[in-house]
Amino acid sequence: MLRDRRGSELEPPSLYSPEGSAASAAQPHIRTSNGLDQFFSSIEDRENLSILDFAGASQANVGFITTLGHRIYSNDILRTLDEAFGGEGDFVANQADPQKAGYFLRESLDFSERSFDGALVWDTLQFLAPPLLQETVDRLFHVLRPGSALLAFFHADEKANLVPLYHYRIVEKKTLSLTSRGERKSAQYFNNRSLEKLFQKFNSVKFFLTRDHLREVIVRR
Amino acid sequence: MSTAPAVSHHTSDVRGSAVIGKSVMIKGQIFSREDLTIDGEIDGSVELQEHRLTVGPHGKVQAGVKAREIVVLGTIHGNVEASDKIDIRKDARLVGDIKTARIVIEDGAYFKGSIDIAKPEISKAAPAAAPKPAITNSAPVVSAAAASAPASQLSGDVKR
Repeated sequence: MLRDRRGSELEPPSLYSPEGSAASAAQPHIRTSNGLDQFFSSIEDRENLSILDFAGASQANVGFITTLGHRIYSNDILRTLDEAFGGEGDFVANQADPQKAGYFLRESLDFSERSFDGALVWDTLQFLAPPLLQETVDRLFHVLRPGSALLAFFHADEKANLVPLYHYRIVEKKTLSLTSRGERKSAQYFNNRSLEKLFQKFNSVKFFLTRDHLREVIVRR
Repeated sequence: MSTAPAVSHHTSDVRGSAVIGKSVMIKGQIFSREDLTIDGEIDGSVELQEHRLTVGPHGKVQAGVKAREIVVLGTIHGNVEASDKIDIRKDARLVGDIKTARIVIEDGAYFKGSIDIAKPEISKAAPAAAPKPAITNSAPVVSAAAASAPASQLSGDVKR
């Protein structure tokens, strides 16, 4: 049982730093995103598209995308990751368990071929280890229609042991609001070459490296 | 339909809203012509065309749901259609596809599924106030007695 400095009992730590901590209750910060701008430019002047959002449903994202005339499919993939690979054992090592990996893929990407016109996967892919990572990307390829865009974020600081997690909320076409939801260890470090290899089935891969060590990747199917 | 002895609670309720209490479990179809609050468990379908459905914090609905307005504080597993609005509150959990004219999702709510914003149907006048039934049940609906309630109908098994 964990105890604080005064000897009071604490609940066991979750996979995240506690969301309720003073640090996590911090104000959201606003940032410009070139990747997001590219994503929405790719679907400009089109209506009735289906957009996949891995951030989990939020008023901001639902409102923004449906106001553009599109349908949104939401799932909080970080939560699904915890359900699949959290609990006992190492989070990354658990991804090698075929049953757990199967559960994760069923819960997150069980769609017909060519179901979506765009995907906002945010920073979720960086917590997946091979071979599940490649299988997930291949599934994304499978469920996206030709010409679709996919936006993904990868933390670009090779020395960082833990990477920050955020709730990503769309404010405008090129503006995001990020609210901290803790930290966790990424499964591996990604550079441009490894990302090109990861998305090799896709038509094109474009990178934006930001000052806050985030590699924004926009991929076209 | 349950064979349990009929128990009826006839209590006048100026709010005109039916309630399925925490201890009630229903397998089957529910049709209501008045607002309905569910605090129990439903497995089947729920339809309130011109009225509001509230799934209370203890409510668990494993059903397709259709209503004018839907307020979720508990759990729904199933596709949901709200001609006016759906409101998913902070600790609610909804898994299924949503079709509605408006949606509110509080931070902390869990939702998994698709959202289709459908334009509201034309030339519906502001919905008339739900006609108050002569006898209104505000106490938990228990069994077959609910089937004879003036505005709500149950079809299926009721367990308590």
